[in-house]
Amino acid sequence: MFLARYIKSIFQAVRSLWIGMRRTGYYFSHHKEIITQQYPDNRETLQLPERFKGEVVMPHNEQNEHRCTGCTACELACPNGTIKVITKFDITPEGKKKKAIDKLVYHLELCTMCNLCVVACPSDAIVMAQTFEHSVFDRNQLTKILNNPGSKIMEGVE
Amino acid sequence: MFSLSGITTALHDWLSGRFSEAWVMLIEMLLAGIAVISFFAILGLVLVLMERKVSAWMQIRLGPNRVGPKGMLQSFADTLKLLVKEGMTPNGADKLLFNMAPVMAMVIAMLLMAPIAFAKDFQLWDINIGVLYISAVSSLSVISILMAGWASNNKYSLLGAMRSGAQIVSYELSAGLAILTIVVLSGSLNMNDIVMAQENGWWIFKGHIPVIIAFVIFIIAVTAETNRAPFDLAEAESELTAGFHTEYSGMKFALFFLAEYVNVFIVCAIGATLFLGGWMPFHIGNWDGFNRVMDFIPSSIWFLGKTFLLIFLIMWFRWSFPRLRIDQLLNLEWKYLLPISMVNILLVAAIAILGWHF
Repeated sequence: MFLARYIKSIFQAVRSLWIGMRRTGYYFSHHKEIITQQYPDNRETLQLPERFKGEVVMPHNEQNEHRCTGCTACELACPNGTIKVITKFDITPEGKKKKAIDKLVYHLELCTMCNLCVVACPSDAIVMAQTFEHSVFDRNQLTKILNNPGSKIMEGVE
Repeated sequence: MFSLSGITTALHDWLSGRFSEAWVMLIEMLLAGIAVISFFAILGLVLVLMERKVSAWMQIRLGPNRVGPKGMLQSFADTLKLLVKEGMTPNGADKLLFNMAPVMAMVIAMLLMAPIAFAKDFQLWDINIGVLYISAVSSLSVISILMAGWASNNKYSLLGAMRSGAQIVSYELSAGLAILTIVVLSGSLNMNDIVMAQENGWWIFKGHIPVIIAFVIFIIAVTAETNRAPFDLAEAESELTAGFHTEYSGMKFALFFLAEYVNVFIVCAIGATLFLGGWMPFHIGNWDGFNRVMDFIPSSIWFLGKTFLLIFLIMWFRWSFPRLRIDQLLNLEWKYLLPISMVNILLVAAIAILGWHF
């Protein structure tokens, strides 16, 4: 009984080690699997992974409309005060007051790309972009306003 | 046909014609020393580059590819960097032992080079107890590690050195028993006799399953003896920063690094000699045409090819397996490898006495 378990454990160990060696051996002999990007050389044809997080942006459509309602969920979700939502009140055609964003200020220099603001947003107004060449000479240029000037909220987004 | 022994014989004849016997001896010793040192340097450069490329490809990376064509000069650049770095000695260290340890590691690695048969009739020292000499001297390498660990006056170094001591003392046993199986089969401790005994087939083919088991045990034990992953507890960079060579920098570190690779080469060379027939070409029974073609390849190429195959195997282990804990390490030796190799050597002795091998 003991001997059977002893021999079985040896076979299991050899088998599991062989599985690991087969995997690394496969990678060794299949160079097409290499995922290294030789960045400055292939700047034009660079292929970033789908979930790469470079900075927060707010997509606008052709009519210069965004989906942000100014609910400040992103501001509350941000762990280090990267996002500041400045709201204003629009007058709707019916004469009602409606909350909207004046500016959505985004401090790239504080951002850790944690993605919590994008997850928190109830109306999918902000997304992570794949840009990453962020270096500038003046720190103030890293403070960005995400909504375009003169933009307004898309129809039907509450 | 190209052969290394032809070169040495021609050189010997040329020297004998010009100088007296004592001078010939001295000059030849000097030349052998230079040859060994330059072989070490080349070996270090080649193996470091090989390890970096192998590790990169196994981890889906590219590896060094900037210095020289396809990154082939990377290890030259690294050596240059290490040469110009400052060789520091910490204040609290034992200066003599600290500076002696890397030299000691190197000298022991050099001593091991003596009885290895690199090609047909090409050997520094044909000694009748070659295998015994190698297993005796290779256990000395733990002294340099203990020396470095103790003299550094650093807790990481000392821990690494002590682990390495426990490890080498245990794994020496099963490595010795694995070597002994081949000594039992070929009936000689002489490296050349062992190679000649494999003229009609390598021991790994002739000796049935017991020799294959001995080969596996030998490879595991020498991986542990040379302190390489998955048995790199002496270095263990994630636990002990760098273990016994934490305090070393510059050329002193480079000597340790070089000694590690040279040790890997030597244990692989011994493995190739004992189990894979040394410089013997690969022959299949009665296929005369095939055997003729195999004979045409120089014996030095056969030897280096087999050695590098085993080096690749050890590198493959390093980049596939996770590191063992110290208790797992000692369990593996005392509960698995040692009992198995003891039973195994009994089997091999029976095979050798009854003449069951081919």
